[in-house]
Amino acid sequence: MSAIAVQNRVRGRRKGAGLGLVAWLAGIVFFLPIAWMALTSFHSEQDAATNPPSFTAALTLDGYREFFGTGGGASPWPALINSAVASVASTLFVLLLALPAAYALSIRPVKKWTDVLFFFLSTKMLPAVAGLLPIYLFAKNTDMLDNIWLLVILYTSMNLPIAVWMMQSFLAEVPVAIIEAARVDGARLPTILARVVAPIALPGIAATALICFIFSWNELLFARVLTGVVAETAPVFLTGFITSQGLFLAKVCAASLVISLPVLAAGFAAQDKLVQGLSLGAVK
Amino acid sequence: MTATTTAPVATTPVPTVKQPPARLRAWATRAPLLPALIFMVVVTQLPFVATLVISFFDWNALYPDARHFTGLENYRQVLTDADLRQSVWTTVLLTAAVVLASLVLGLALALLLDRKFRGRGVVRTLLIAPFLVVPVAAALLWKHVLYNPEYGLFNGLLHYVGGPQPDWISNTPLLAVEASLVWQWTPFMMLILLAGLQSRDQQQMEAARVDGASDWQIFRYLTLPHLRRYLELGALLGSIYIVQNFDAVFTITSGGLGTANLPYTVYQSFYQAHENGLASAAGVLVVIGSIIIATFALRVVSSLFREEVSRA
Repeated sequence: MSAIAVQNRVRGRRKGAGLGLVAWLAGIVFFLPIAWMALTSFHSEQDAATNPPSFTAALTLDGYREFFGTGGGASPWPALINSAVASVASTLFVLLLALPAAYALSIRPVKKWTDVLFFFLSTKMLPAVAGLLPIYLFAKNTDMLDNIWLLVILYTSMNLPIAVWMMQSFLAEVPVAIIEAARVDGARLPTILARVVAPIALPGIAATALICFIFSWNELLFARVLTGVVAETAPVFLTGFITSQGLFLAKVCAASLVISLPVLAAGFAAQDKLVQGLSLGAVK
Repeated sequence: MTATTTAPVATTPVPTVKQPPARLRAWATRAPLLPALIFMVVVTQLPFVATLVISFFDWNALYPDARHFTGLENYRQVLTDADLRQSVWTTVLLTAAVVLASLVLGLALALLLDRKFRGRGVVRTLLIAPFLVVPVAAALLWKHVLYNPEYGLFNGLLHYVGGPQPDWISNTPLLAVEASLVWQWTPFMMLILLAGLQSRDQQQMEAARVDGASDWQIFRYLTLPHLRRYLELGALLGSIYIVQNFDAVFTITSGGLGTANLPYTVYQSFYQAHENGLASAAGVLVVIGSIIIATFALRVVSSLFREEVSRA
């Protein structure tokens, strides 16, 4: 190896280490607000609201006790359960509707299939506020206001377009030859779907479900307008803290963390699937 | 080449399975699409038609008996309304600033993470976290824990260097909302672009390096053209979600101080002012604006698509 090559390699390694350090710094900067929120959630309200901030104050679970209602406030459990029902049920409905549609669009392409795909995506561009008032009036007249199943239907429509797009590109991965072969062997459609298509497309389906779950869990506008006391979701529960002043900082932090926890856990556990899903399956 | 091997399989009639008539088969192919299509039309298109109808009525929910047809009067009012024009401008500014800033930052972070270094997985996890915080929680975090002039982290840190103690939200309200959104959306862009970087043709890169191409040349002539689809995808999806942002505006400023965007304005005119007709007209205008953007965006997506089809 020539001296120049060695020199280049050493320089390259030094540069690599430097850029690695920059990446670490960026990661810490981006994570700092969350770390600070976590630390604050374990402080007493007095220690939380000091300037300059206290890094060494005693840790306590008071913020969490307050949040879970033992301090006399409203219990967050109904809201958390509503959010779980709305997110899980709507994700299941999305899968139920999107799977056959994506199958028709990818494995047995119909004529003008791109038009159908574009229609689905275009509904995503119809701003939610554009249909909110009629939906509100309809719900009011049919006694569906403050009913969690109304949110389930709306969240299904909110995520269905993206899900059809994602799954279409995942299912397009299944080689048509394998399906033809199974059909020649006399397999019927349900068998083909369960034995041939599902195993290949399963990671993609999981990614789709994860993203639908996250978007439903996070949704605020519909929930805020269409629910009240009974069907209140976790984000709506959080809006109760918007004007809270100083005194409840630890409680706000505890609440924000607990309500974000399901999404944080799911997202961390399935980072790669998240990437694949977010790029609409464009990355193989 | 492949046609000669697969074509016979596709065209040879299978003797044991009776072929249904062509018409029935065409329906069988379309049938799986129908539930999703019908559901989408009923849940998204019908309400919009209703919005369109309501937009031609003078209708305040507090005085339902005074409801009457006014033609285009609501549109005239909305278009001449200074607040609404302001909120159109705010929406454009907010969306453009957040999408651009998070794309550029996301690209820089993706390039950093594309290299091998110690603890890369940990750094990626740290960087993804902001995208996984519930938007309302993120907005509360910025409003109370970071921006607060008395005990917020920003002024707390400034205290150590003896800096000024500004009231962030009052001084720069729109920038405050934008910063929190850039923090949330940069990881999203980074994830998409990182996926793009890792799907590059390694042999091609290696060949370019052997030919003596510099890092910048490789980035400019190989990486960037390859990333184009991913940059477009990120911009498109980011725009769809940020144009409709409600959580950050609602939580951080409650639409005050010139930060009310269109979704917030529409929400306010029907939820608080009970002006059903006006809110609907504003909603229809939002849709017209979105269609203009969407037409452009869909052309971009269809070019993404053509590439995919031609590759297949």
